[in-house]
Amino acid sequence: MKIPYTILATVFAAASASMPISGAAAQPIKVGELNSYKVFPAFLEPYKKGWQLALEEINASGGVDGRKLEVVSRDDGGDPGTAVRVAEELITRDRVSLLMGTFASNVGLAVANLANQRKTVFIAAEPLTDKIVWQDGNRYTFRLRPSTYMQVAMLVPEAAKLKKKRWAIVYPNYEYGQSATASFKQLMAQAQPGIEIVAEQAPPLGKIDAGAVVQALLDAKPDAIFSSLFAADLQKFVREGNIRGLFKGRAVFNLLGGEPEYLDPLKDETPGGWWVTGYPWDQIKTPEHTKFLNAYEKRWNDYPRVGSVVGYTTMYTVADALRKARSTDSDKLIAALEGLQVETPFGPIVYRAVDHQSTMGAYVGQLARKDGKGVMVNWHFANGADYLPSPAEAKLLRKH
Amino acid sequence: MSASAVLLQFLNGLAGASSLFLVAAGLSLIFGVTRIINFAHGSFYMLGLYLAYTLIGHFGHGATGFWSGVLLSGVAIGLAGALIEGLVLRRLYAAPELLQLLATFALLLVIQDFTLWAWGPEDLLGPRAPGLEGALTIAGRRFPEYDLLLIALGPAVLFALHWLLRRTRWGTLVRAATQDRDMASALGVNQKWLFTGVFALGALLAGTGGALQIPREPASLFLDLSVIADAFVVVVVGGLGSIGGAFLAALLIAEVKAFCIGIGDIAIAGQVFSLSKLTLVVEFVVMAVVLVLRPWGLFGRPPSQPRGSGAIEAPLRPPSRTAFGALVALVGALALVPLVSHGYTLILLTEVLVFALLAVSLHFIMGPGGLHSFGHAAYFGLGAYGAALLLKRGGLPMELALALGPLLSGAAALAFGWFCVRLSGVYFAMLTLAFAQISWSIVFQWDALTGGSNGMIGIWPARWLSSSTAYYYLTLAACTAAIAALWRIMYSPFGYALRAGRDSPLRAGAIGIDVRAQQWAAFVIAGLFAGAGGALYAFSKGSISPESLAVPRSVDSLVMVLLGGIQTLTGPVWGAALFTWLQDTLSRSVEYWRALIGIVILALVLAFPQGIAGFLRARFATDGDNR
Repeated sequence: MKIPYTILATVFAAASASMPISGAAAQPIKVGELNSYKVFPAFLEPYKKGWQLALEEINASGGVDGRKLEVVSRDDGGDPGTAVRVAEELITRDRVSLLMGTFASNVGLAVANLANQRKTVFIAAEPLTDKIVWQDGNRYTFRLRPSTYMQVAMLVPEAAKLKKKRWAIVYPNYEYGQSATASFKQLMAQAQPGIEIVAEQAPPLGKIDAGAVVQALLDAKPDAIFSSLFAADLQKFVREGNIRGLFKGRAVFNLLGGEPEYLDPLKDETPGGWWVTGYPWDQIKTPEHTKFLNAYEKRWNDYPRVGSVVGYTTMYTVADALRKARSTDSDKLIAALEGLQVETPFGPIVYRAVDHQSTMGAYVGQLARKDGKGVMVNWHFANGADYLPSPAEAKLLRKH
Repeated sequence: MSASAVLLQFLNGLAGASSLFLVAAGLSLIFGVTRIINFAHGSFYMLGLYLAYTLIGHFGHGATGFWSGVLLSGVAIGLAGALIEGLVLRRLYAAPELLQLLATFALLLVIQDFTLWAWGPEDLLGPRAPGLEGALTIAGRRFPEYDLLLIALGPAVLFALHWLLRRTRWGTLVRAATQDRDMASALGVNQKWLFTGVFALGALLAGTGGALQIPREPASLFLDLSVIADAFVVVVVGGLGSIGGAFLAALLIAEVKAFCIGIGDIAIAGQVFSLSKLTLVVEFVVMAVVLVLRPWGLFGRPPSQPRGSGAIEAPLRPPSRTAFGALVALVGALALVPLVSHGYTLILLTEVLVFALLAVSLHFIMGPGGLHSFGHAAYFGLGAYGAALLLKRGGLPMELALALGPLLSGAAALAFGWFCVRLSGVYFAMLTLAFAQISWSIVFQWDALTGGSNGMIGIWPARWLSSSTAYYYLTLAACTAAIAALWRIMYSPFGYALRAGRDSPLRAGAIGIDVRAQQWAAFVIAGLFAGAGGALYAFSKGSISPESLAVPRSVDSLVMVLLGGIQTLTGPVWGAALFTWLQDTLSRSVEYWRALIGIVILALVLAFPQGIAGFLRARFATDGDNR
């Protein structure tokens, strides 16, 4: 069917006349968002709720310079090749001003690589890999979450305090687990020279043979254990370890173990005394967190996870960067993002100009069981800025 | 390892073997009788685990609640299996081989999204088994009581199945159908009920196997795919249709795994080698070794050809003048696309072309060659890595890297093909899968060279090719030339000889055709061309990661070929276009897009069992036309 041009023009004129702001200013600013919603739903559904909440807040308060934000969100299938195609589509067809999102390291790196080629700003929300800001960092890519290195560095002071000599390490066999292990060895060697690694187990991601792994660690008779397991692997490891008595009399450190996404399924299996990084959402009483918590619970009738905070903060990063840049031009956005300060539920963070890493921190504490559920106790907030290499060192890590 | 450590790891292996055997036994039964390669078998296992979690939560965590929950979930999954067989699969027994595989793949997608919808995204860790919560002390070490129960359960199920198959009338009929289903049918055995019964029993075993894992692992959405691969390996290593073989294979694989973990690091000639990392791929290494030494698995027998259903396909006729003209016109039209569209259309078309080349190269060995490869993505991915390595580590210019990259996949096909063509049928398919997984794990693990799980970035085309229009023209030219070359080879004397080897290896051999040599050559050609597609893919994305040679990519290429129609010439191209377009469109507009893709595939399979091109051919066939 063909609609006569005059009718279309009339309708369009009428529609635009009824809007408060006319012309280009009324056009929403488009933001491209992509993530592996179907592959990592446990983390990414809360993440999506987080950025949706932030988007509603931003637009309710008038958007950015009178223009509303519009997020075009896509599933990247968890595959780097597909993610690149989806990102290309967001850039070329939807004409988004910048990109945000991604979860897994390989997908994040592939999209960062494309962002660099297409000269489009990309705010990597989740990927933990150190490479995305350091070895493979590029001008167009910024990263929000505290990286693997930072989170390991937050645990190491507590680990060194215990003066344990014999350590066993268990990690999922891919980039995240490998670099967590490498960072742990490197930082521990500095903090407590002379520690001994008596066993190292690298089960495939999602397919840990928990009984055999726990048995092998027991046989090595370590004083302490450093683990970067998460999700189903962590749950299987904890149950087998509890049954076989692996954790009795041993200090255990587990990266990410206190994040509600991974802690909550443990319920009455939660191992007491473990040191973890995480998010004790029900105990943080700062005004900025209370405000976020109330808004989130009101909007979604659910409690926030780490993913929620990450999604929420990424969206605000985008809005603040656009406000500061007063433009959607990539170069101006980069200038705005370098050194940008953003208010978050965890307090203010800064995107460092030198390596484009934010100073977002994490909560470090110990696990305990309360009413059949896992909680974090004894916790403190570790500010990301204190666990990043100095700007000079970071510059060396970035090749260019 | 001390003696007590060895004993405990041996027991761990036994417990793992029982778990594996329960799933694999059902898969083996189903395949033996119905010849269906059931991709949804892992989904039954996953559903069993989720269902048991819910039921036990409902009945309470006491002994009665726990065990009735486990049993009921098994029975419920068995009934679901019967329903699926009756509603979907029964309609497909007359369809060409492997089409049921496509249907079960669609079921897998639907069940994945159904589970997400019904149970939500979070992992669900069930309770410990009542009365068996703790551990016994064995040789001074603690061993879970529940694992002892599992250790006993494996052999118990083995004996129960043995009794069922050897001592009951139903079992006799099942065995008869496994050996020669047409003869059984001719003797008046009602195949329909037999097939439904076997499928239900298989699903029940899988569901129970899943439910029994409640105290050992959480219900999570990854389970279906991770279990199905393991179960296939066990079935094939044991020998298809052999329950005892499956038990032995489960034992072998579980023990090898347990000891890889137990031994940990070993030093060979001063190099420390981590056996624990080997668990990434160890079951596939075991499978490759077993199949190379024993082509039909441990206890398997050479498969009997089912009569009747596998009618010899009429050879493909060369395309008629009209059809040829239409294809040329299509390429011409594709060349004009950049005049009307610049942006995303070109990017999507580039991807469609690359996948079309991948699908045509797979079809080249599957169709005329009759060799069903389940690991074709390995050659796609190795071609991509070949190009990436030549560019980044070899310092070659992009054009040269693109041209020479596929040599890596060709070399791999040369080496792997030599072993694979010694096998036939599903054994061939599984050996290609094993080699693909081994290649994947090498790429995944060799951090220094390949960038490990992150892959490699910065693989961009040369400046003059960097616009999406220029790269589109390059892809169009290269893929058209490659596809044309593959099609041309099908109609060369070599192609006819290959087809002769597929239809009648004996006669082909008798007239002096070296069937294996022909198949080996075809395997290498297919690998080389898939690699060319991979190299084009790498430069279109700017990066490459191990996913490009992982199992899902292999399955995708298989789906493309089957969707288009395996016994057609142009089918794979349409299949690739349709599948890529479906994924792109549905993932954009629908939340449960995987389920929708599954439903679309199911609908297509039920409506056009000969594939799209096959349907069109049958619909519009006239004498002398493209048949």
